[in-house]
Amino acid sequence: MADTPETTKKTGWYQKVRDIDRRIIFLFIALAVIIPLLLQPSFPEFPAQLVKDTFAEMDKLPEGSKILMAFDYDPASEPELQPMATVWTRHAFENKLKIYIVALWPLGQNMAEDTLNELLKEYPDRKYGVDYVNLGFKSGGQGVINVILTDFAKMYPTDVYNKPLSQIPIMKDVKSIKDMDLIINISAGFPGLKEWVQFGADPAGVRIIGGSTAVQAPLLYPYIPNQLHGLLGGLKAAAEYEELADRKLCGMKCGQDAECIDSCIKEYAKRDKGKVRMGAQAIAHMVIMAFIIIGNITFFIDRRRERKG
Amino acid sequence: MSKQAKLIVFFVIVGILFAVLLVRASQNKMIKPWPTKTTVEYKQMETDEAGVVMSETIETKQVFSWKGFWTWFAAFLTLCIISFLYDDNPFYKFAEHLFVGVSAAYWMVMGFWTTLVPNLFGKLTPGLVAKTGLIEGLEGVPWTWHYIFPLLLGIVLLMRLSSKYGWVSRWSLAFIVGTTAGLNFVQYLVSDFMMQISQSLKPLIVTAANVDPIISTSPVICSLSNILLFLGVFCGLIYFFFSVEHKGFFGAASRVGIWILMVSFGASFGFTVMGRIALLVGRMEFLFADWLNIIVQ
Repeated sequence: MADTPETTKKTGWYQKVRDIDRRIIFLFIALAVIIPLLLQPSFPEFPAQLVKDTFAEMDKLPEGSKILMAFDYDPASEPELQPMATVWTRHAFENKLKIYIVALWPLGQNMAEDTLNELLKEYPDRKYGVDYVNLGFKSGGQGVINVILTDFAKMYPTDVYNKPLSQIPIMKDVKSIKDMDLIINISAGFPGLKEWVQFGADPAGVRIIGGSTAVQAPLLYPYIPNQLHGLLGGLKAAAEYEELADRKLCGMKCGQDAECIDSCIKEYAKRDKGKVRMGAQAIAHMVIMAFIIIGNITFFIDRRRERKG
Repeated sequence: MSKQAKLIVFFVIVGILFAVLLVRASQNKMIKPWPTKTTVEYKQMETDEAGVVMSETIETKQVFSWKGFWTWFAAFLTLCIISFLYDDNPFYKFAEHLFVGVSAAYWMVMGFWTTLVPNLFGKLTPGLVAKTGLIEGLEGVPWTWHYIFPLLLGIVLLMRLSSKYGWVSRWSLAFIVGTTAGLNFVQYLVSDFMMQISQSLKPLIVTAANVDPIISTSPVICSLSNILLFLGVFCGLIYFFFSVEHKGFFGAASRVGIWILMVSFGASFGFTVMGRIALLVGRMEFLFADWLNIIVQ
């Protein structure tokens, strides 16, 4: 039924809401992100069971365990994945695990170097070649994983500084992926976590945990829990992992003193990029939900009017 | 207001904002857009025969840093892209074309230096590559003759550019498709088929002894979860079975399957929204922290 002047006058507000310019919505989303970034509100994080299991998978490894960290992302995914890379590397350094870094994305090598440079300021006693090694980027995607499944040296004759693997102490007892205790993959797409599960962890029988962008996470849930033993899907999961890591560090620092633990966690929260960004993310989500509800209300009003008319 | 007047007002406002930012930068309140002198540290590590780091010396050097200029340029490009949300405009077109061009060039250069140089030239002419110093450790290494075949297949692939002989490139493409299929076939079959089937076969009645802590420590909730998983897989598969008409019990199961699929698409969409907002938060953080220095990190 066409709108008469009477009906237009009666439902003027409804039509304005229904036909709102999309640029107004964009402006609301922008403000929903910018204002929290400026004010930096913090919300408590309640880690999900999957995040707790991922944390436990890493935390249960004894000192000196070997972990292969694959940095398969680039600066485009840095907001979501860098917090995961940082907290995992910190966790590994804190627990004195041996880190073997590879990359299937060209810029993954640089992301790994940036992560290491940041964490080595907190752990200056960690030595290259003894506590960690950077083998760098190799092209070939799952072909690379196929090769290092049986022989590292075939694909990586040298590390990223052109030093032969035979001269690096940490590589002494390591021949292939099968010698690793855990594989950690931080993945933004292809090649990524899916390929590491299919071509690395499954054939080698090595446990694997991973972090992925939120877009990829639903595609990886079918692999949990038998093929993929832990998953951080997106920024929210990264913030929850940071919370668990902070609780552990502060627990070790403060013992049973609850006040000390609380202030310690608040202090660490300022450096945790995941938690800092989650403030803006949470408020943006609320704004989006509000618009979805408004959109649905206008949809059902429209449908009712069509049926009446 | 006429279009010209709007443009003039726009450029005047942008000019004033730019001047304000330049003044802020000159007062050290934000990163400067011109090159600045900075101190860079170079680490030299000395290792023994076993490769253990014995000592580190740190050399400092004064260099001109272009970081400020590139930060300003990145901020400019970010704003150009975001301007599309208002309307299509030449600034957005410029940023988009620049991105496409630079991406194409970047991947071409990456492909050359990370694939062709080590995997082709390093195998066919190791002595020459060693002389240029591009890859260390190739002195005295004999050439690997069978890498001639990938070279020939690569040249044949480039025949695609010829309208007369383009059909020859189908041989290379066939090799690529066949090899990829062969390499992936077994692993996809194992990981995405066999193991997925085995993981879908869960007990419908769960006891306290075999609860899955990822789902819940309660046997009742684990049982409900497993029943839901079974129904979801079963009904979802029925939806895609088109050899039987979707009516009666089959039709009802198919409709349940559609609902299950819609729920999973909704969850996927929700994750996608979360991911995109996270990227927006990252970009805003770059603008307000790295560029404008309004947020202190």
